[in-house]
Parts: sequence; structure tokens; C-alpha cells
Amino acid sequence: MNALASSAPDSAPAVAAGAAIATPKVEVQKLNVWFAKNHAVKDTSLAVQVHTVLAVIGPSGCGKSTFLRALNRMHDLVPVARVTGKVLVDGQDLYTREVDPVLLRRRVGMVFQRPNPFPTMSIEENVAAGLVLNGISGNHAEVVERSLRKAALWDEVKDRLGHAATSLSGGQQQRLCIARALAIEPEVLLMDEPASALDPIATAKIEELIHELKEHYTIIIVTHSMQQAARVSDHTAFFYMGELVEMGATEQIFTNPKERRTEDYVTGKFG
Amino acid sequence: MAESRANVLDGAPPMVERPQSTDTAGEGAGDRLYYGVLWVLGFFVLVVAGLIVLNLALVSRPLFAVEGVWDFVKGDDWDPVTQKFGALPFIYGTLVTSLVAVVVAVPVAIGLALFITQFAPHKLAPFLSTPVEWLAAIPSVVYGLWGLAVLVPWLRTSVEPFLGRAFGFLPFFKGPPIGFGYLAAGLCLAVMILPTVVSVSAEVMKTTPEAQREAALALGATTWESVTWSVMPHSRAGILGASLLGLGRALGETMAVTMLIGNSRNISISLFAPGYSLPAVIANEFAEATDNIHIGALAACGLILFVITFLLNAAARWLVTAVQKGPARVVT
Repeated sequence: MNALASSAPDSAPAVAAGAAIATPKVEVQKLNVWFAKNHAVKDTSLAVQVHTVLAVIGPSGCGKSTFLRALNRMHDLVPVARVTGKVLVDGQDLYTREVDPVLLRRRVGMVFQRPNPFPTMSIEENVAAGLVLNGISGNHAEVVERSLRKAALWDEVKDRLGHAATSLSGGQQQRLCIARALAIEPEVLLMDEPASALDPIATAKIEELIHELKEHYTIIIVTHSMQQAARVSDHTAFFYMGELVEMGATEQIFTNPKERRTEDYVTGKFG
Repeated sequence: MAESRANVLDGAPPMVERPQSTDTAGEGAGDRLYYGVLWVLGFFVLVVAGLIVLNLALVSRPLFAVEGVWDFVKGDDWDPVTQKFGALPFIYGTLVTSLVAVVVAVPVAIGLALFITQFAPHKLAPFLSTPVEWLAAIPSVVYGLWGLAVLVPWLRTSVEPFLGRAFGFLPFFKGPPIGFGYLAAGLCLAVMILPTVVSVSAEVMKTTPEAQREAALALGATTWESVTWSVMPHSRAGILGASLLGLGRALGETMAVTMLIGNSRNISISLFAPGYSLPAVIANEFAEATDNIHIGALAACGLILFVITFLLNAAARWLVTAVQKGPARVVT
């Protein structure tokens, strides 16, 4: 099987956890995260193939957000946080000295739980923020339009690009944040419960968007909604008490889980 | 400040303990009493301020009987013997020293506040911010003594000659290095207002939502960029407010300025020159002023100081709200 075939989303069975057919886009090896003495993520290993969506589910406090944030080294900023293990993107370990977290975060974009546009900037300035920060010159207006189109927001804001970002609704703000992340052309997009602060219609729009985005991006999404995980992802990883309990094709996780704890969670016995 | 006071008032009525009785009339009376007391207390401040202004105006009436208000403000003569009174040198000295203080203190204060809140290791931060707050506890006469013993000789022998050589082409740094003068008073004021500006700015910076910093970081911002992109826009109104609070303090400062400004009725563009300030002239001359016109002139100086502070506060209020609204409402 060649590498191209395995990069197509429908070759799902071939890309289950740890499959060594193609180099995975993101590979996590024995990742541990501590906050002071709290062991938040324990010995986690998994792999995500290019242009697929991995959903990370689990009850509150299971370490799923902590896991996600380790993937673009956001824990570097927390003085008490300690990370061990490897996170490989295209085979390169992010946690070596040579990797500049600033450059890394350009390749691995992130969308947060609550929409966080820059409040003093306009819609346009928000989308272009990453370009300005990274000193990317060129036609910003074009990139702004392209990114807003990708985020399915262009038609709603094209006549008021100069308005404050905070004048948008919550769902629009979240799509703006997605556009902002896309503007710097990341390869991997991390989404930390991106719809948890949104109403059902806005949530549906974000989910639809994730479907479109996976054609070009590798997406890892943390969600506490199992329905959402089932709708948007190719693979699902279930975390419990800081451990990766089970990972597999989304359908398998929800219909035929191997682990008892997974089954209890997806059938609603706890969580 | 006023908002927080208003909040306290708004929040107050529910804190009244509800009497257990079902006597609703009694409960209403209790509420009304509580409300009334708060109103009186609130108005008390206004009444005191109003009485001070009224009193100053009354005491200065003999002066304004012989000298027009405008003549007093723009005149530079001050001779109790011939009863010529003009306050311009004092007004000028007050404004210049305060301005020097703010120009010197604000950049330092912003840097210090940023370091304390954003860059310093968490365990180190209190060791930095606490000594800065101690500066506020030093009596101003001690600042004056420090100025006399340390600052003035240093300015005279090192700083002013250096500034004169390096920047002598600017009118601000011309003239003989005396030590006493606008610069000495302004620099001493800068140290005095530093704690105010630092602590108010730091408090505002601390309230920057973590999500804003993360937004910048996730886009590939360096630590420094994440600060300029999130903390600074969030805090600019607060920093402006802090600076104006510092300016207000500098305008009214009496003792240290009186000891350092040189007390010479002089208007000079050079910061090396000695000058005078409104509080300094009041402090120096009030004890020996005997006739009503002289006393009136000093009261009028107080009145002018009051007006300057009042205008400044109004401007500050307006500026802070203007900045808070931010520039990005309707750009196109």
C-alpha cells in the first residue's frame, strides 16, 4: 500500500492507532503531563493520520484538554507543568531543544473552548493577526477572504470587515477564530471543545466546517459531546482519569468498544 | 473609581438584614433609613469639597477686588509690598515639574508592572512589587531630604553637565547646572508617583483574560508579542488612568517640591533653572502673610491648583472612556 492511499480519509481501517503503514501526521509516544504533583496525562501513545479527524472524548477532568494542549506546547507557559515523552509531527519531536515553540505553533494551530478574538481589533485585523505576528507580507486582503471563506464566515461579514470582532455573535466569533487559525496555513488544527459555548445551530455550522476542513488539515478535536464525536470524527480516543483507555475507528468505539470502561461511558452509564 | 462606588451603593440594599417579622412597613422603614444614611454619607464628601472651594473663593475675594482673575493668572509679578500679584511662575513650575515626573515615571512604571505581572518568575514577583509599594509609605519630607542630600548634588555634578553636553542643543537642557530646579523636583516627584502608577497598572494587567494571551501564542506569538497583543490593548485605559492618578499626585505635592525646586519666581524653558510651584508658595508665605490681599493671593493659588486638578480629572475621565471603547468600532 502506498503512502497516498493511506492518506485518504476512507482508508480508515488501515490507520487505526499505532498502524505503521504510513508515517502518521501526529504521533504521540508515552506522553506524560504533570501539574505540580497531579499526574494529568499518563503514558499516552497514539497516532493520527494525515487529513483525518481524531475526536478525544472523556468525562470532565480526564485530561483530554491537557493532552491537546501538550500537542502545541501550551504547557510551556505554566510554571508548574512538566511534560515527558514525545510528540512527533511529521516524524519530528516537538519537545526537543531545537524546536522553537513559536514556529511550532504556526504549524499546529489551535481553536479554544471560548471564542477569543482580539477585542480591540476589527474582523479583518483579527484574521490577519497571525500574518502580522509572523511577519508574513503579501496580499493580506486575499488571505483574509480565503480564510473567512474556508471558515464559512465570508458571506456573513464581507460587508463589515472593519467592524469590531466583538460585534459578532458567539458562533460567528468562533468561526472567526477558526479563520484566524487557518490564515497562517497550519498543517494540524487542534480544537478544544470548540462548540461548547455555542447554541445548536452554531454548533452544526462548526461541525459541518470540520468536515470540509479535513480535506486539507489534520484535526484533533476535544469534545464532551459523544454525538459530536460520532458526527465529525474518523477516529475516537477515550480518556479516563488521565489514561488513554481505548482508541479506534469512531464507529467501532461507539458500537463495539473493546474496553468495559469505554462501553460504560458511551452508553451513558457514567460521565 | 466612581463606578465602583456606585456598585457599592447598588449592592448595598440587599445586604440589609431582613427582619424576621412580617411587618412590611417596618422593613420599608429600615430600608429607607439605611438608604438615607448612605445618601448623607455620599453627599458628605461633596459637601466638604464644595465648602473648601467656597472658603477659598471667599478668602481670595480681597485679591480679586484689586486684581482681575486673568491678570492674576498671567501676571509674573509677585510683590506683597507693592501688592502686585501674578501666579504664572507658580502655575508654570507646577505643570512643568509634574510633567517631568510623569514623563520619567510612566515608562519605568509600565516596564516594572509588565515585568512583575508577565515575566518575573511567580515566586519573585512579590519581592519586586512590595518594595515598590513601600515607596508610597515614605513621608514626602524624607523624599525632600533625600533630594537635598543625594539628588541635587548628583544632578549638579554629573547629570546636568552631561545632559548639557549631549543634548545642549535642546532648549530644555541649557544653562548652568545648579542642581536645584525643575529637574530635581520633577525627578523626585517621579520616584514619589512611581508606586501609584506601578500598582494601578499592574492590577489592570493582571485582569487580562488568559484566553487573550493564549490566542496570540497559538498564532505563533513570542512571549513578548503575546504581551503587546493582549496585555497592552487590554490595559491601555488602565495605564492611562494610572498615569493621570500619578499626575494628580505630582501636582499637589508640596514638601519635596518646596525643598528642591529652588523657590525662585522665574519662568524658564530650561529644566536646569530654579522655579517655584503653587503649593510651594502657599507653604512658604502663608505664615508671614498678614494683610488680606496677600492671604487672598495665596488662597487664589490654592483655587487655581484646585481648578487644574479638577480639569485634569475631567480630562482623564474622558480620555479613559475614549480609550476603553477602542478604535475598532467602525473603521471602514
